[in-house]
Amino acid sequence: MSFKFHGGVHPPDKKSPADKTQVIPLNPPSLVVIPMSLHIGAPCRPAVKVGDMVKLGQKIGDSDAPVSAPIHATVSGKVTAVEPRLTPAGTMVTSVVIENDGMDTPCETMVPHSEEELSDPDAIVALIREAGIVGMGGATFPTAFKITSGKGKVDTVIINGAECEPYITSDYRTMLEHPEEVLGGIRLIMKACGVSRAIFAIEDNKADAIALLKSKNSENSGIDILPLKTLYPQGAEKQLIKTVTGLEVPPGGLPAAVGCAVFNCFTAYSVYRAAYEGRPAIERVVTVAGSAMEQPKNYLVRVGTPLEYVFEQAGGFIKEPHKVIMGGPMMGVAVHDLSVPVIKGTNALLAFCEDETRTVENPTCIRCGKCVEVCPMNLLPLYMYMYEQKDDYAGMERNRLTDCIECGACAYNCPGRLHLTHSFRAGKAKIAARAAAEKARAEATKAATTV
Amino acid sequence: MAENRKLTVSSSPHIRSAQDTRSIMLDVIIALSPALLVAVYVFGLRALVLTCVSVAASVFFEWAYRKLMKKPSSIGDLSAVITGMLIAYCLPANTPYWIPVIAAFFAIVIVKQLYGGIGKNFLNPALAGRAFVVASWPALLALSPAPLGYDSIFNFGSDAVTAATPMASLHAGSLPDVGILDMFLGKIGGSLGEVSSFALLVGGAYLVIRKIICCRIPVSYILTVAVLTFIFPKGNNNLQWMLYNLLGGGLMLGAIFMATDYSTSPVTPKGQIIFGIGCGLLTVFIRYFGSYVEGVSYAILIMNVCVWLIDKYTLPRRFGVTREDKRSAKKSKEVAAQ
Ligand code: SF4
Ligand code: SF4
Repeated sequence: MSFKFHGGVHPPDKKSPADKTQVIPLNPPSLVVIPMSLHIGAPCRPAVKVGDMVKLGQKIGDSDAPVSAPIHATVSGKVTAVEPRLTPAGTMVTSVVIENDGMDTPCETMVPHSEEELSDPDAIVALIREAGIVGMGGATFPTAFKITSGKGKVDTVIINGAECEPYITSDYRTMLEHPEEVLGGIRLIMKACGVSRAIFAIEDNKADAIALLKSKNSENSGIDILPLKTLYPQGAEKQLIKTVTGLEVPPGGLPAAVGCAVFNCFTAYSVYRAAYEGRPAIERVVTVAGSAMEQPKNYLVRVGTPLEYVFEQAGGFIKEPHKVIMGGPMMGVAVHDLSVPVIKGTNALLAFCEDETRTVENPTCIRCGKCVEVCPMNLLPLYMYMYEQKDDYAGMERNRLTDCIECGACAYNCPGRLHLTHSFRAGKAKIAARAAAEKARAEATKAATTV
Repeated sequence: MAENRKLTVSSSPHIRSAQDTRSIMLDVIIALSPALLVAVYVFGLRALVLTCVSVAASVFFEWAYRKLMKKPSSIGDLSAVITGMLIAYCLPANTPYWIPVIAAFFAIVIVKQLYGGIGKNFLNPALAGRAFVVASWPALLALSPAPLGYDSIFNFGSDAVTAATPMASLHAGSLPDVGILDMFLGKIGGSLGEVSSFALLVGGAYLVIRKIICCRIPVSYILTVAVLTFIFPKGNNNLQWMLYNLLGGGLMLGAIFMATDYSTSPVTPKGQIIFGIGCGLLTVFIRYFGSYVEGVSYAILIMNVCVWLIDKYTLPRRFGVTREDKRSAKKSKEVAAQ
């Protein structure tokens, strides 16, 4: 049984031929750059200094804040710099630069956990935290915190295997190549959350992965493998919960409000490896594709590997790229500097030569309503856009601009080629800035009156 | 690293559907063509020439206005072509050629461009243009040529045999003297593009299949007219009266191609249904009680004016807030107020 969210689009999925080939482990580069913030939440403090020798999997950054995740060395070698470096998001973040000695000398902490340990929910949560596991689908929310904060409220664990963005096949390949590990990871997450039921939701364009997982899944595992209709943005958290349970997360609320917790399928795989191999979150599968690449493929890439190295190893550009995207074409970020590193949520690197955005000189709204038809949050994008352009805050609020999940479906579908999603990002920033300014003003007047 | 690469940085999404304004308008033009073919068959080549004059005038005014105002040209979006076709479609085939030119000027310059062009006008340009010429030269547009009223289809004069349209007899309260099949296929008098319900429905089906329009507006509009005319047959056989009312006059043309005009119809699903029902109610009201024979164009124009209001009050249900949530929130507010 599954439900349907409103709207959605069907962009050409372009997953072939990357979906046909085995994931290739990428040789680690001679230099990795590891930002001290690979997750949503408090950044880590570097635990090493220039000149230190580090081992593979050694913790090099941590924080006491609850919403955070430690960071590990992704190669062994010498720390050559601890300084601010550019990240894919375009910000400067303190990063640890390690010169690879090519040995991959494992750290002593990289040992499998005992079965006894793995029967204790708290121990599982602790190991997930220690392994630095975050939402590997791109959200990078610290997984351990998600589990502890949902305790008592969550009765359904949903594993997101939708992978609804075009081009990306990294989760799909992981499901095909490591079905047992993924299922094992799910069981650990269930145990950690204290629930007996998990729904593994996979879009039906991955029929062989669904069949394989079903055959490997034991009957009493409590894991339901649920095929979903292929529809973007099926993998968006709120839409996934709606499709699977029929429930809608209230505005501004968390999935726990409707008793759900959603984990990405690669996150489950990472949990498995952390538990049974002692391997922290130091690498992930990345789909490298796009019209500037000859052979789209999947690579297992160490976190901190510069993008240009990944592209070079993947055969280099056959044509000069016009745009490079980290993540999918619908929600990914365009990067302008290829020296930035792969991070924990990097599921794809796409290099496009021609402009697939089909921009026009004079975007004009023709009021066709096609944005309204596809918006999965039941919004009226054309009006949100109009009020955002006019800085009309009341209009933005009435049209619930802040409900937008920035999925891009409206802009994808807009025949007038308006930059809708971009405008909503700007609108949210404006609203936040205004709220902050108002708060500051209120505090100032309060201070003035008390004096 | 030494390479100096120029990479574009723009906001997601990085891909877009191939459908753009131009391709949509092209689909509408395709959908409008069967009706033109029938018009040529029924009224002769003059129908085609009249349509061409109207299209040429519309495109010219669109181009000239944008040029004079130093705005980027917009004739490439093909929307002016559609306006031109629709203006001709709601005129009789024997209309003097200068009439659509004036209607096109009014439609394109006054109604559309003065408000900022496509997407910004609040009245349907073609209908407003037609209303303007009908109000200014009523005598010239009162009579339509009888079907095949020309000696041959190559007769270009405007002095063909004219006849009362089915709509005129309906207005008088009696069933017209035409078979229902002829009504459906279009062998009747009337404005050149409105006569063949069959051709218009084919075009409409094409638009729905291509997802250019959704059927909410046309269906709610036509259904409303059907129900009302069935219930109030003015003393005639209910079914016959209803069918003649659906097939005679401009209902199909209006419901499928005019009321669905993007700029001048609501974008919310609920709003579209309200809009369709409103058009239907007004159409029947004007047909029954107005002095005009036909009510479609004025009904749509009146509803056009309400579009912003309709959109504003038919905001879709907020994601994550069910009707029960709303009710209980209201209740708790009331409790708090007491
Ligand atoms: S899809 Fe684009 S052109 Fe159509 S109504 Fe929305 S914003 Fe306007
Ligand atoms: S980007 Fe926002 S407004 Fe556009 S479709 Fe997605 S949720 Fe709706």
